Amino acid sequence: MIKLHVNGVENQLDADPITPLLYVLRNELKLNSAKFGCGLGQCGACTVLIDDHPVFSCITPISLLEGRSVTTLEGLGTSRNPGVVQQAFIDEQAAQCGYCIPGMIMRSHALLRQNRSPTDQQIRDWMQPNLCRCGTHMRIMSAIRRAAGRVS
Amino acid sequence: MVKVISPVLVLFVVLILLGSLGFFIWAKQPAIARVSPPAASNFDQTTIAKGAMLASMGYCTDCHTVQGGASFAGGYPVPTPFGTIYGSNITPDPQTGIGNWSEAAFLRAMHDGVARNGTYLYPAFPYNHFTLVSDDDVKAIYAYLMTRQPVHNAVPAPKLPFPLNIRLVLVGWNLLFFHDGRFRADPSQSAKWNRGAYIAEGLGHCAACHTPHNALGAEIDAAAYAGGESEGWLAPALNRTSPAPAPWTEGELVAYLRSGLAQTHGMAAGPMSGVTENLQTLSKSDLDALATYIASFEPPPSPAKTAGAVAAADKTAYSITAAQQMNLQGPAGTGEAIFATACASCHFQGGDQPFYRPVAMGLSSVVHLPGPGNFIEIVLHGVQPPPGARGRWMPPFAGVLTPDQIVLLTQYVRSHFTDAAAWTQINQTVAHIEKEEGQ
Repeated sequence: MIKLHVNGVENQLDADPITPLLYVLRNELKLNSAKFGCGLGQCGACTVLIDDHPVFSCITPISLLEGRSVTTLEGLGTSRNPGVVQQAFIDEQAAQCGYCIPGMIMRSHALLRQNRSPTDQQIRDWMQPNLCRCGTHMRIMSAIRRAAGRVS
Repeated sequence: MVKVISPVLVLFVVLILLGSLGFFIWAKQPAIARVSPPAASNFDQTTIAKGAMLASMGYCTDCHTVQGGASFAGGYPVPTPFGTIYGSNITPDPQTGIGNWSEAAFLRAMHDGVARNGTYLYPAFPYNHFTLVSDDDVKAIYAYLMTRQPVHNAVPAPKLPFPLNIRLVLVGWNLLFFHDGRFRADPSQSAKWNRGAYIAEGLGHCAACHTPHNALGAEIDAAAYAGGESEGWLAPALNRTSPAPAPWTEGELVAYLRSGLAQTHGMAAGPMSGVTENLQTLSKSDLDALATYIASFEPPPSPAKTAGAVAAADKTAYSITAAQQMNLQGPAGTGEAIFATACASCHFQGGDQPFYRPVAMGLSSVVHLPGPGNFIEIVLHGVQPPPGARGRWMPPFAGVLTPDQIVLLTQYVRSHFTDAAAWTQINQTVAHIEKEEGQ
């Protein structure tokens, strides 16, 4: 058994310790915001936060996470009551197909928690691991700028 | 009681003062007159194109460009054991760059380490290597740089402690360690070898990282290519003391320098990834020549030694079933369990791998290095090509692995995949790298 805190809730998991966190989130805990993109830690669609640090959940085995705290998009807000970064992405209409957006929001949320007013270059450097195939990068940039200074 | 000052002492002091004054007058370099920035029409396209290739050969952008900044506009902080020096602006901007530099001034900077205004340049700029570069090649680089877009960007002054912040101390450094003069071919070697030597020792300045430095920051010629360091990374030895289990063959070197991957050694990472990126612009004959020269540092490799190293690595290789057979229950508490769960999904032997086969851990140069720093850097930050470039990739594990888990993993990998002595200072290295990252 492995103990995992997800979005403030403690879970006892009976999965194989080698199981990637992404599969546990989606299949066991029914938290479907994090997406399976490449399964190789190369695209960022599966990004979640572990203790405030953005990681690729598709290559993170749960056996490493005993007692650690995981935050997914569901932990930031709901569709009725979205979080600051979520609202900024809605306001800027930053999603096209939307597949990469939960990962984008999680990674930018982590940036804005530690840097209240990032420069464009800092945003670009920080977001580099996350890919978007639709090409909404400029709107994603705008959404991050819009949310800057308002994430606690 | 009146103390009489000895006339001999007075004479002695006066002589020392006069001597110092004379020394500094002698050592002071004249400024070379400013020129108006030369028009692009002064340079022909062939020379400019040649200069572009030569600028890549010297990785000028690596130190003269900040990430995301304009090429050659300077500001990149070069960490040295003495303090931080910022790569200068070498665009043709008249105020903050080299727009007022004549060709003669540029030649003097490259060959003698003296700026246009007569100040001495710090040897973080490897003029001890660039002095070997032919006049024609330096002039081509000048043509290339002077036809770039001027960028107004004032670069911070070096952050160095007294007395190193006084540039005249470099007069003494140059007397001790700097050998002025163009490259001279070794007639006992082939033309190809000599071309490789010209590239490696001149613009390539390989020894600036791969040779150990003395306490005053000069390369120790007697230990050429015995391994050094760069920006916190170990630069592996390239001579017979190379820690890699498999010898470097010319073919492996060409593959590595061209693509950043050698199947029996590993991927270019850290400061070396910018080097292999730049070397992609070299012609095949230049790259082959470079490989020929570097391969000559080691005794001629035998196929048997390579085969032996590969066979030994096969024995320690991790099979995908080994992880399943471990029958892990609960949290991963050992280095082996961490490897099996976090690493072995790519770093296993046998079967099909998703994109390309990672280098066998038993052959990897990184796990055989004398210190754990490069390994820990790669685990934490992965390996990525420079922004905008194509290249191979390993995802980062910072944030996934706790410092304790990284220590366990590092100890396990060193003991399982090598016969070398255990690494010391693993805890401190992890703490140091995480602290640097946090800044």
